[in-house]
Amino acid sequence: MPGKGLLIVRQRSLIAITAALAAGALTLTACGSRDDDGGSDSGSDGTTVVIGVDAPLTGELSALGLGIKNSVDLAAKTANKDKTVEGVTFKVEALDDQAQPSSGQQNATKFVADKDVLGVVGPLNSSVAESMQKVFDDAKLTQVSPANTNPALSQGTKWNGGTKERPYKSYFRTATTDAIQGPFAAQYVFNDAKKKKVYVIDDKKTYGAGLAATFTDEFKKLGGKVVGTQHIDPETKDFSAVATQVKSSGADVVYYGGEYPQAGPLSKQIKAAGVKIPLVGGDGIYSADFVKLAGAAGTGDLATSVGAPVEDLPSAKEFVANYKTAGYKEAYEAYGGYSYDSGWAIIEAVKKVVEDNDGKLPDDARAKVTEAMQNVSFDGVTGKVSFDEFGDATNKQLTVYSVEGGDWKAVKSGTYTG
Amino acid sequence: MNELPQQLVNGLLLGSMYGLVAIGYTMVYGIVQLINFAHGEIFMIGGFGALTVYLYVLPDGTTMWIALPLMLLGAIIVATTVAVGAERFAYRPLRTAPRLAPLITAIGLSLALQQAVWAWYPEAKQSINFPEIEGGPFKIGDVTIQTGDVFLLVAAPISMAILAFFVMKTRTGRGMQATAQDPDTAKLMGINTDRIIVVAFALGAVFAAVGAVAYGFKYGQVQFRMGFILGLKAFTAAVLGGIGNIYGAMIGGLVLGLAETMATAYIADVPGMEQLGGQSWANVWAFVLLILVLLFRPQGLLGERVADRA
Repeated sequence: MPGKGLLIVRQRSLIAITAALAAGALTLTACGSRDDDGGSDSGSDGTTVVIGVDAPLTGELSALGLGIKNSVDLAAKTANKDKTVEGVTFKVEALDDQAQPSSGQQNATKFVADKDVLGVVGPLNSSVAESMQKVFDDAKLTQVSPANTNPALSQGTKWNGGTKERPYKSYFRTATTDAIQGPFAAQYVFNDAKKKKVYVIDDKKTYGAGLAATFTDEFKKLGGKVVGTQHIDPETKDFSAVATQVKSSGADVVYYGGEYPQAGPLSKQIKAAGVKIPLVGGDGIYSADFVKLAGAAGTGDLATSVGAPVEDLPSAKEFVANYKTAGYKEAYEAYGGYSYDSGWAIIEAVKKVVEDNDGKLPDDARAKVTEAMQNVSFDGVTGKVSFDEFGDATNKQLTVYSVEGGDWKAVKSGTYTG
Repeated sequence: MNELPQQLVNGLLLGSMYGLVAIGYTMVYGIVQLINFAHGEIFMIGGFGALTVYLYVLPDGTTMWIALPLMLLGAIIVATTVAVGAERFAYRPLRTAPRLAPLITAIGLSLALQQAVWAWYPEAKQSINFPEIEGGPFKIGDVTIQTGDVFLLVAAPISMAILAFFVMKTRTGRGMQATAQDPDTAKLMGINTDRIIVVAFALGAVFAAVGAVAYGFKYGQVQFRMGFILGLKAFTAAVLGGIGNIYGAMIGGLVLGLAETMATAYIADVPGMEQLGGQSWANVWAFVLLILVLLFRPQGLLGERVADRA
């Protein structure tokens, strides 16, 4: 009965497709939450203020995320030890967002629900920040990101068209934006590295695509040529087709807007295809893990990252020493100094609020802290920490790093002045 | 430089890997009509098995000529053990249950295996570097073949040939065909169908393990989530080729790999399609192809060869 056989097969493939979709959906949602650090218990003496941390603590970007968590933890411990705010004990509660916007939003809701939380440091990813901003803003809970660089987060989606408008009053960041980082990289690549033909690749995420666009604009303005563009799928590790295109394009440099889990294999596969040209990226690839994943072929690859190298700043010596003494398992990575400063900015704001209210926390502490954030100013790990009218850091320092001998070496510090 | 030959090779390599993993989906489906969603994780665990042999069993600096066969063996042992264990403890008790029960079990098992590796394998929370094969790359005209790809290039066709021989010529292989056609009659004819089913799971795991070692060498890293996307792709390849048909799985894999690579490389060059090109759209085009194939050939590319199903 061939007819019947065919019918059965047809039903089977239908079942098969439905099942595939179901499995996909299930597995994706199941990635939601994995690592909750439990609730907060109020301290027995004085008031406990919780500083929330939202970052990818597991998964591919966890190297950066754990550095953020530890650095904020160090800030809180330092404040408790020095009794920076009389009568207030700081506690850090870290939630894992797995670099997923949906998890980030869930975490934001959790922080808002816990009344002891007066400020949140994070997230790492600009795309995650987008999903959290409104939740925090509605609750007037202040958020300081040590790592978000997408300009639209603080200056509105029309930031490039001349009409900058701050969408959320509760959002601050200590990192420089890509409106400066991309052009800064372009100037270095064109003027200092003397590369004229670029192949631009991004991962289509908020951060990657935004950075690639600001880089491209400036590179063209300087007289450089874009010989090709490609958008990769961050879920895959097979970039052989892209590497082949880079090879035939005749580019002498590759710019990648994205993060190290893809950038490492991408750099490796481009070099393996026989194209010995450097890959240049932003702060998202400035991680020891990039060097590990790119392997020996990654030597000569470049990254820009926010701020001056923490190790070289006199203001950071104490931080580096304390971080070592505290014995954290993971390195502080690219955003350690900025995370510490973000945490400290919240502590300073809480201090101001408590002092203005006769040593007690007022009832509307969250709104007051957010207000106080705007005027925070102190000498932090990364230099002077304060925020402009958009909530962006006033410190706009950037540094170019290059992979040499299996590690990142600072090449040039500066800023983009237009 | 004409990049077409290189892109074809890229696509064939990617496709061979899909094909190796697709075998496991198609064989198990052909015999017990179960879509074993945990198969992607069997693949992943095979990769970690090979890595374990290299990192913790072999002394540092073992040459690849000795290390590679042992890693392959380690991958096969670990993957087969997990697959057979899954069959025995997760699927066999549900053999007579409605079709959905084992399917959901498979999804649960897939998550459990992923999380187990994530939680207990040292440093598996991030990508772990896989050893590299020294030497290479090899150039043939315009085409560059990476040293890491050579293993895949050799292993995939050999594995396929062995499988075809096994299914067609050996007693167990013919038993598999018989069980696929009609399990009850096969049982009446004296075939131990329980054993046949175990063999199907084990064979699928062996091919997944070969694929996982190839993945490690090709991309230079393994991670706990690597089985998820690759498993879905391999399953798609199995459906594309005609699920239940072992030749279909291989052809489906190659077609899917080529389609993704070609879409990445050339769609953006078609006038008016710039926005729909590039690697981020490659999956979309691959699935458009799948839908088209299923519209005109619901049984998949080679689906009509029911007699060969195994």
